[in-house]
Amino acid sequence: MTSNGQRPDVAIDVDAITFRYEPKSPDVLHGVSLQIHHGEFVAMIGQNGAGKTTLAKTFNGLLKPTTGTVLAGGTDTRTASVGQLARSVGYVYQNPDHQIFAQRVRAEVAFGPNNLKLSEAEVAERVQEALELVDLADHADEFAFSLGRGQRQKLAVASVLAMRPPTLVVDEPTTGLDQKGAKGILDLLTRWNTHGRTIIVITHDMTLVAERVPRTVVVGGGRIIADGPTREVLSNQELLAEAFLRPPQVTRVAQRLARYGVASDALTVPELHAELSRVLRGAV
Amino acid sequence: MDRSMEPIIEVSGLHFRYASGKRDALDGIDLTIRRGEFVGVTGPSGAGKSTLCQCLKGIIPAGTFTGNVRVAGQDVKPRGPYMESSALVFQDPETQIIGLTVAEDLAFGPENLQRDPSQIRAAIPGYLKTVRLSGYEDAETYRLSGGQKQRLAIADALILLPDILILDEPTSELDPIGKDEVFEVVAALRRERAVTVVMVEHAAEQLAEMADRIILMDHGRIVADGPPDELYHGEGFFHRPDGERSPQVAQLLVALERDGLVDAARFTAREDEAVALLSEMLEARAGVPAGD
Repeated sequence: MTSNGQRPDVAIDVDAITFRYEPKSPDVLHGVSLQIHHGEFVAMIGQNGAGKTTLAKTFNGLLKPTTGTVLAGGTDTRTASVGQLARSVGYVYQNPDHQIFAQRVRAEVAFGPNNLKLSEAEVAERVQEALELVDLADHADEFAFSLGRGQRQKLAVASVLAMRPPTLVVDEPTTGLDQKGAKGILDLLTRWNTHGRTIIVITHDMTLVAERVPRTVVVGGGRIIADGPTREVLSNQELLAEAFLRPPQVTRVAQRLARYGVASDALTVPELHAELSRVLRGAV
Repeated sequence: MDRSMEPIIEVSGLHFRYASGKRDALDGIDLTIRRGEFVGVTGPSGAGKSTLCQCLKGIIPAGTFTGNVRVAGQDVKPRGPYMESSALVFQDPETQIIGLTVAEDLAFGPENLQRDPSQIRAAIPGYLKTVRLSGYEDAETYRLSGGQKQRLAIADALILLPDILILDEPTSELDPIGKDEVFEVVAALRRERAVTVVMVEHAAEQLAEMADRIILMDHGRIVADGPPDELYHGEGFFHRPDGERSPQVAQLLVALERDGLVDAARFTAREDEAVALLSEMLEARAGVPAGD
């Protein structure tokens, strides 16, 4: 996976990068540094236009930094093609329709592995595995665009999973999905992560972040304004206000009840439920 | 709202099946909405929410339509006349935005209704301000971000001055502040013009704060219909592992209720009310002598 072996534990190593879309346009990233280690599950949050997607697209060379370096799986993204980098970092677009182009579901998922010049049997095996992971195996012969939005989102994930990249970047995995669809995608990412894969999600869904993701990076105005354990980040009211973000409702409620001795850093409903039970029952 | 509570939308026995469909996308809808009401519509993908929005707007897709739909005194029928009383914000703004520039896109709707062109032009900056797109008149629509397109699509509907505003997941691509802004725009419209609002939305916490009534759809049917405090209290659809998401304060109060710590009669799905209730209980607790 890593070619230079210098930092074998680092999946993504962003070192002091700036980025602008055109030579004369203003910088949209201003000196960003970030290290993500193999096996981590990281959320990137920030308001619309903060630079989250731009930053994420530098992770696999879809965008090359204007200055500074990005190492993906140890490879400098400026020296490798997107095709080479796609083996180490997979990228799932925010809108699955920006990614899907094949007529049939099976062909869509097979496209990436076919480009890796794998044997037919190997491609077939990877396609089957990816479709089973996202629960689309029964739809393999259907037209990709006849699937519902949630299923198209899963198809977009499957076609990246079939590349078996050690690192997966997923931009807004739950947008437009109902509760069941969102849970399906998140269970899949969580499972993939427990198998040792590195997962980076870009999301507006603070509940998702609070319930699922251990590390949170806050992006604002093209900079990283916070990076740490999710509990610390989401319970920091000043920081979130600065980034125009809000913690999950349950965290806001905990903060408003802090003056009664309620711990103010609850991230999930079960946590605040346990805390309130404790305080209301008068246990010490 | 008490200005008049006459029904503005009346639906009875509505069945709709897409030309290619194997089952009814709408399978017997009965629904009355009163003038000025804010009705939230929620439910899983494929429940028929978008199809219902289109039928209410009078844009009936190809298929079999039976039943009665009456909107602002006008009967909705396939290939019926354009209905000026309502405006629909589509789920995917790309299907709605047709102008090359933002100003052209905004002007398209009212121009088609043969409204005065100079008044339309004069009104554009105000609508752009409402959706936080001031100064974007000459921006090319294809260059807008997903969130900006979603806000433009909302302005496209507002500029038609509808009595009924139908919004199909209008905040799906917006960040939390952007979602709040859409809800604020809708609240302001209701204050100023008593607009009737039908909004498909998964953001349970915002719906609970804003909606008079929430309808839960599944498999083409309305399976629950009531005020947020009633609907989000029910165990049938929400408080179970595979259920729809309810506001976190509703989940919390239901859990405390199961412990016998909160009185079911005091349930609320709204954040401020939940905080007030819990504060009162915590204060009472603090007043109890130690050792109790």
